[in-house]
Amino acid sequence: MSSWLDYTINGLIVGNVYALVAVGLALIFGVSRLINFAQGSIYLVGAYIGWVAVVQLHTPLPLTIIFVAAVAALVGLIIERFGLRPLQNSVRIAPLLATIGISFVLDQLVMLTFSPNPRALPSQLPDVRFQVGGGTIGPLDLLIAGVGISSALLLFVFLRYTKLGWAVRAASQDRDAAMQMGVDVNRVNQTVFGIAAALGGVSGLLVGMYYNQIDTAMSLQATLKGVVAEVVGGAGNVPGAVVGSLLLGLVESYGVAVFGTSYRNLFAFLLLVVVLVLRPNGLFASARQAPPEPLTGTFIAPSRPVRIPRWGLAVAVALFGILPLLPVSFYVLQTLINAWLLGMLALSLTLVAGTIGQVSLGHAALLAIGAYTSALLSLTLSVPVGLAIIAGGLMSAALGTLLISPSFRLRGHYVSIATLAIGEIVSLVILNWESVTRGPIGISGIPPLSLFGYDLISPASVYWFAFAVMVVLALLQARLLGSHLGRSFRAIRDDDIAARAYGISLNRYKSLAFIFGGFAAGVSGGIAAHLYSYINHETFNTQQSILALTVVILGGLGNVVGAIVGAVALVGLPEIFRIAAEYRILIYGIVLLLLVRFRPQGLLGTI
Amino acid sequence: MAEATEPLLSLRGLTRRFGGLTAVDNIDLDLAKGGLVSIIGPNGAGKTTLFNLVTGLDRPDAGTVNFEGQDITGLSPERLAARGIARTFQLGRVFGNLSVMDNVLIGAHTRLRAVKPAVPVIGPLLELGLALLRPASVKAEEERLREEVEAILARFGERLLPRIDQPAYSLSYANRRRVEIARALALKPRLLLLDEPTAGMNPSETAEMQALVAELKAGGLTILLIEHKLEMVMRLSDRVIVMDEGQKIAEGPGEEVRGDPKVIEAYLGHGLPGGAEQESAA
Repeated sequence: MSSWLDYTINGLIVGNVYALVAVGLALIFGVSRLINFAQGSIYLVGAYIGWVAVVQLHTPLPLTIIFVAAVAALVGLIIERFGLRPLQNSVRIAPLLATIGISFVLDQLVMLTFSPNPRALPSQLPDVRFQVGGGTIGPLDLLIAGVGISSALLLFVFLRYTKLGWAVRAASQDRDAAMQMGVDVNRVNQTVFGIAAALGGVSGLLVGMYYNQIDTAMSLQATLKGVVAEVVGGAGNVPGAVVGSLLLGLVESYGVAVFGTSYRNLFAFLLLVVVLVLRPNGLFASARQAPPEPLTGTFIAPSRPVRIPRWGLAVAVALFGILPLLPVSFYVLQTLINAWLLGMLALSLTLVAGTIGQVSLGHAALLAIGAYTSALLSLTLSVPVGLAIIAGGLMSAALGTLLISPSFRLRGHYVSIATLAIGEIVSLVILNWESVTRGPIGISGIPPLSLFGYDLISPASVYWFAFAVMVVLALLQARLLGSHLGRSFRAIRDDDIAARAYGISLNRYKSLAFIFGGFAAGVSGGIAAHLYSYINHETFNTQQSILALTVVILGGLGNVVGAIVGAVALVGLPEIFRIAAEYRILIYGIVLLLLVRFRPQGLLGTI
Repeated sequence: MAEATEPLLSLRGLTRRFGGLTAVDNIDLDLAKGGLVSIIGPNGAGKTTLFNLVTGLDRPDAGTVNFEGQDITGLSPERLAARGIARTFQLGRVFGNLSVMDNVLIGAHTRLRAVKPAVPVIGPLLELGLALLRPASVKAEEERLREEVEAILARFGERLLPRIDQPAYSLSYANRRRVEIARALALKPRLLLLDEPTAGMNPSETAEMQALVAELKAGGLTILLIEHKLEMVMRLSDRVIVMDEGQKIAEGPGEEVRGDPKVIEAYLGHGLPGGAEQESAA
């Protein structure tokens, strides 16, 4: 009985921490209609600034908190001023992508400065526990609760009784009307980002102290949890975000109590998917509220695609086809094999995110499904590798489409959140379903690639295999785009309301896009599994999803040739310039930011 | 009233509330096959909401919509399109990145047969396969529709044909409206709803549009029209319905409605959104 009280207290405390992140997200969403994917990175920065303060500067606790809040707020102001304000008049997808890019840059900067190894962040409070009823509570718990409650009160007073607070509320209700009444929206945005960042930073500090440890993986988790809490409470609803956070904390805590620690995140993401599907406007919205995204306007930048003549493409394919016959190093072939695998993933994502406009942030999950299916079939049932890879593609198409289908009714940023969560769910299921996936141990000894009984061992044969599969997939996709399906997919992307009014069923066509795209991604994952010979639940992670998205945007959304050019560029250029591995993600983040700012249509243009 | 034939479209007590505001308040409407009824009224009177209720983009809180003798209240827009209801949008919702040809081909989506076999469960997979394989029947269907689209575009003279391969976002405002109407015609509608087809058009473009709508009517098409330009409304309509604050305040032949004191008050009392046209029409 007593432990239940402990789990409740623990859930509420953790919920308080989530609330600090989620309130910031809700404030930003209210004013900018933007889900700030960089919020977790600010939280990470807060934790490490706190570490510097506590361990190196030996500041007392109150000063530590103020210091962390101030530095985090400054980071928030910089993000708003240089990352987002220039994008005010661009397409709606741009700020979302920019916050993803910013988050990568910040995380990598922290990692490069402090190294990726975990650090101990000592709590500056005495380690005593008080008996409360049947459970116990410590001073840090009280501090977290105190910071949570007092921030909520301060925020309430600010929003209700100060002029700037009124401006924030006015801007979140009707931005244009507020501007006409003389509200300086830039100043409101700055204020909101400053507050959100300060709260996020302090939250990172408190969590670090609570778990006594900080590491760079905290960032994505915090963003995800904050987004879950915010969406559960209703996007843009500040009190809703607090309630959503507490609810999330409790659900997680009880889930851990019943099933164990490795299920913590699974419950968070399942809660998110359930809320998104049943009440996309949050638990507290009335059932028939207007949709959260505006009904008009395109999500994707208009552009004229660069047309490459067919003979040019044929020459390029021929050149890359004979490459292994030329005196090139093993290293070049290896790099290009990686490019072809990424190219297949990019083909899949450019169809889903570009052609039909569902910006998926969990695309690596499709790789994982294909990889595990193919590896397990060939290992346990001795299915020939070629067939196993095709089966992996089919499984990815079927399972991926089934998993994503609840989010077909969502639009814009909500699709990205849902796909991110579904990607995490797949990874967590792989981790926990040990009887099939072998859990955290992973699968080793996967047989090498083979075709009609002949093992493909030499680099040249692997190269040809991957290249040929990619070219076939690209040709099929080009044929698809030229059919009535390509037209219907693009119509859904440009204006789903008008598309429905002309008889295009969103469920049917989004399913078809995910089936086709899921197959390509699953095949890529299957080939990768046989190439690596070992996979586990972390082989295909969110970083790969974001890398694929960067490739797709670099090439031009929906652009088949662009996806392949983008993959070659992003895999090849760092190799050519011999950029050390730890800087690559940083470079990808910067590339994404620059693209969004200066060439949102990508190199070859949106199709 | 002459009840000789059953009306093609019939609304009874149609109501839609948004919070405290009743955007459409207990509207009755009958539209005979081949007829043209216009809905006029000040901005915010609920005209477009009424269109949304008829085309399935919004659901009524009360009342029914009957089409060809069947209750279609609350059906999805996709199913209504398949039944032959086509509409244009007030703000001009073309598919910006699609060419003029593709925009209009989308209009013919509900008429695809060869590539969309009516097979349950595996129908979508067959559709994917047929789109990739493209057997002769699919090619022929696509070819036939493309020719048809060119014929539809030819109705707009030289406005759209020379721009057939250009993306819709590059078109002028008036041309986007024309693309929308072409798209609606490609559906081969049994009922056409036009939401301010001449908004943003100059007098000569308006005259052209008016001639086109007259031609469609003469061809037997049943049309529900929202329009601010009263001269066009008077020329084309069999009957005019005046809405204000969600309610029907007058209904009848154009000339009769025009002299109705309630109608004049509705317009004058609302800062004359249609006043300028009223004068030019006089």
